[in-house]
Amino acid sequence: MIPRYQVVLLSLLLLASVVMSVVLWQLRERAHQRLLVGQDSAPTQAPEVAPTVQATLVVASDSDNSLLAQVQTLPLPQDPGTRARIVLGKLMDIYAAPDAAHPVPGGASSVAQVFLLPVPNPASNEVADPADPKAAKPPSDQPRAADRTPATPASPGKNPEPASPQLAVVNLTSAFAASHPSGIETETLTLLSICATLHANLPRISQVRFLVDGQPRATLAGHADLTRSYLATEAVPRP
Amino acid sequence: MVLDPAHGGDDLGGRLGDNQAEKDIALAFSMRLRSLLEARGIPVVSTRESDVTVEWNRRAEVANHANAQACLNLHASESGSGVHLFVSNMAPAEPMRFAAWKTAQAAWVTRSLALAGTLNSALLQAGMSVTLGRTALPVVDSMACPAVAVEIAPERDHDKKVTAQLDDPDYQARVAEALAAALLSWRSEGRQP
Repeated sequence: MIPRYQVVLLSLLLLASVVMSVVLWQLRERAHQRLLVGQDSAPTQAPEVAPTVQATLVVASDSDNSLLAQVQTLPLPQDPGTRARIVLGKLMDIYAAPDAAHPVPGGASSVAQVFLLPVPNPASNEVADPADPKAAKPPSDQPRAADRTPATPASPGKNPEPASPQLAVVNLTSAFAASHPSGIETETLTLLSICATLHANLPRISQVRFLVDGQPRATLAGHADLTRSYLATEAVPRP
Repeated sequence: MVLDPAHGGDDLGGRLGDNQAEKDIALAFSMRLRSLLEARGIPVVSTRESDVTVEWNRRAEVANHANAQACLNLHASESGSGVHLFVSNMAPAEPMRFAAWKTAQAAWVTRSLALAGTLNSALLQAGMSVTLGRTALPVVDSMACPAVAVEIAPERDHDKKVTAQLDDPDYQARVAEALAAALLSWRSEGRQP
């Protein structure tokens, strides 16, 4: 025989369970309704239209091993990293065109990200290790292709930037590296055009390093060294 | 002289045409150039004489042990035209008793530029189109000798049409003859390392 007080206690617990279930169910329904109402009434934020500015693309040509500047008007965001990625994407679109003078498949999606970091030791920029060709001066009889490109960006309205140099880390996709034509000239032109384009549009960028899918890689397509830092103003002799 | 035909073995290099790999063109050209040099009495050391894999560091080791008057790193490519000559883009540095492996070429860059100038003159005299450039190649950057990377591309006319393919024996012979003449001149001028 079950004592009376246990029957009463069990009944109260059962009743409390039922009440709590009902309350929980109602709370869930209210939350669901709030969610639906929130979705319906969420204001649709109009996409911010980036102002169009003039961007300088330093385009390579395989036929004469040259780099030539092209000025294009592009909608570019203010964020320097995003701006750098979009400008490089446009450069890669030019290379992916059927009649490109420097054909490289892949297009804008070849550049996954561009990270901008302060140069670790700006003071050492002037006196670098022998592998750093910043101090390398081409022979006087070999004019530099970089000399044919504008030294400053052609983007009116841009705020003057402080002189502190930046390191750009360009993260390329493995698909781009795998499909890049193999050869010293073509690989070198790709890297130098990227460096020159970055410097032309973001003058604070003084050095460029390359990653492929976020990882260091020995060469781009079997030749040009990707393990070192490239100077943004690296030179190419005129053919 | 040291001849370094690039790639080899598992490393095919660039794809040239339908069934050709850069490693084969580089090796064939190296053998042709070697014959011409030895016929002129110039001793030659090759980093590879068959289709084998040779690591980058091993190539530089061979070149550095040879104490060579000139080191040519041989490549082939379908892009561009004529012959591309590349010198390391490292800044010239004073020779040191112990040079860092990855930057050994820095002390030789000035001589390498002079060697490239000699090769350029000979190729132009032979009617070739030549482009000069600076680049970063791991093998060349570790060489302690006057070193130039020679990349042979198809010969094209003014309309960009190919007039001589990479595997054309006559084209290879003309390039090799010009380079051999240039290296003979370089050697006779006594530009010792």
